[in-house]
Amino acid sequence: MKPMLVLVSVDSNSVLLGAKHFVNYLKDLIGKYGLQDTVDVLETGTMGVYTQGVVMAIFPDDVYYSVRSTEDVEKIVTEHLLKGRSVLSLEIPKDRLKLVVEKEKVSAETRIVLRNVGSIDPRSIDEYIARDGYFALHKVLSEMRPQQVLECVKASGLRGRGGAGFPTGLKWEFTAKVQADQKYVVCNADEGEPGTFKDRLIMEGDPHSVIEAMTICGYAVGATKGYIYIRGEYYGSVDNIQKAIKDAYEYGFLGKDIMGSGFDFDLTVRLGAGAYICGEETALLESIEGKSGRPRLKPPYPPTNGLFGKPTVINNVETFANIPQIILNGPEWFKSFGTAGSPGTKVYSLVGNVVRRGIVEVPMGTTVRDLIYRFGGGLVGGKDLYMVQTGGTAGTFIGIDKLDAPLDYDSFKNYGVSIGSGVILAMSDEVCPVDVALNTMQFFAHESCGKCTPCREGTRLAVQILERMSKGQGKLEDLETLKQIAYVTQEASLCGLGQSINVPLLSIVENFRNDFIEHLKASSCPHGVCEFIKIQKSKVKT
Amino acid sequence: MSKIKTLEDLMKIKEKAVKELQLRDTGKRGKITVAMGTCGIAAGAKDTLKAVVEALSENNINDVSVVQSGCMGLCEVEPTVEVRLEGQEPVVYGHVTPENAKRIVKLHIMSNQVVTDLLVRRGEI
Repeated sequence: MKPMLVLVSVDSNSVLLGAKHFVNYLKDLIGKYGLQDTVDVLETGTMGVYTQGVVMAIFPDDVYYSVRSTEDVEKIVTEHLLKGRSVLSLEIPKDRLKLVVEKEKVSAETRIVLRNVGSIDPRSIDEYIARDGYFALHKVLSEMRPQQVLECVKASGLRGRGGAGFPTGLKWEFTAKVQADQKYVVCNADEGEPGTFKDRLIMEGDPHSVIEAMTICGYAVGATKGYIYIRGEYYGSVDNIQKAIKDAYEYGFLGKDIMGSGFDFDLTVRLGAGAYICGEETALLESIEGKSGRPRLKPPYPPTNGLFGKPTVINNVETFANIPQIILNGPEWFKSFGTAGSPGTKVYSLVGNVVRRGIVEVPMGTTVRDLIYRFGGGLVGGKDLYMVQTGGTAGTFIGIDKLDAPLDYDSFKNYGVSIGSGVILAMSDEVCPVDVALNTMQFFAHESCGKCTPCREGTRLAVQILERMSKGQGKLEDLETLKQIAYVTQEASLCGLGQSINVPLLSIVENFRNDFIEHLKASSCPHGVCEFIKIQKSKVKT
Repeated sequence: MSKIKTLEDLMKIKEKAVKELQLRDTGKRGKITVAMGTCGIAAGAKDTLKAVVEALSENNINDVSVVQSGCMGLCEVEPTVEVRLEGQEPVVYGHVTPENAKRIVKLHIMSNQVVTDLLVRRGEI
């Protein structure tokens, strides 16, 4: 064992900043200065800290650096590694480290899903085992019957982390009850929701937790084949998951007769091609089957008629990542976190105008205000918060009056604030609600698969109306038409895509009604964002 | 790699890998600082550092971290090592050769006795 360790965060964001290059350079320098025997370099997942550079942590000193160039790497090697002096100019101040915030306020932060992310080498199965990895699988295979596993997951109250919040144990039970010659377990790792990147960082930082959980699920429901459907652009995730699957096969955690129990389970990766609709579970199944990604008419639901018409469990990456810990620590332990209706923790992606963009895992029931100000560090440049979108593009827009709503799966019902896939998009007063609404609807119009009319035409109409508004040619009645569109698409659309359009559209029109009206009356955009076409506007008036 | 069939196999891998991970834990009982200024390195601080780490790992001590620092200003007694255990005043040792480092770990860390013949300074600087 070497006395010093440099952990380099090589998640996908860092790779774009040159992380791989810096790692190679760092290793070269370590060789050059003859430090091979004293310093180890390890690549790991995200550390939950986002700066303008690649994050490098030096242990046991517990110093974090933000590295932007090879000169910075050289400074760290010659000053810190060689002489033991920290490079103050590159050091990330302790108060900017989310990790430190979390450690100090133990009651506020719990890492269940992210417990290994950023501290183990995701490409080493041994390090996962060192953190109790595959012990849950062993426990399940050696001392639990499938029914007991189902009971355990059901009792934990775990709900699907993909957005809909369906109780996981119940889903598994539906599949387990059906008699079939073949059943499947599918992991939805398509993560198409703009602004969400938690699944990617889980897969990059701790791929084995997903594999272990899927195998446990297979045992519980009687499935022998699994698919992980990963978004094609997630190169890092695909790479790490594939390496993890290979290692798991070698250790015998996948394949025939797992750990001598007689249970077989095979796991394969399938790549998505970047369509938002393929995050919808039935469209995803179609895509795995090799067809184009179009949603199916429900019912029947996937737990009974899923992949290739067979009973199939589909869960989100984060949902699966919870499972091994629930098995090891028991449902009561899991229920000690979060709220009564939504136990456990949630990983949030903090994006927008917040200072510390990144991921953070907090118990269910944490308020939007805490997420933005305590974990996100407030807004960049000390600007005023104007609006927040929670839960992703298909989530709700809220004003600052609803910041104290605790986020869980009941908050949409109680406060009109959806948790969705866990995006917190903070926007300062430099954005215009009309422009934001237009952008959102353009996204849906583009991603609508066109199979059913309400969604295809509704989104197109909404875009047309909002385009007119943003050019200063809107009418007051348009607001009612937008609401109408929202209701119709929700009621009449085939799948989750169309059905959820009403959430962002209604919430923005209702919560920011005054802004819309002001925008309609004004002669130029009150926020200075939209460009009005002035000549035509005067024509309309006369 | 052979297939894992039993809990013992799993434990074996865990025990091996756990050691590697301990370095990354923060929040320990104590800290051993090895001064690695130019003067320290010239006097053999690198060997001292290695000896400290080896001694800790041989004796399965994992709640004490090892940290490098710059020169403490005690160049005439290099290599210097500072031992800080929770709730006790820090102690600085001088002329810490690899053999002396092993003694410090044995006596100070494991049996809580200050190694008086190497002692340079007690208390905060």
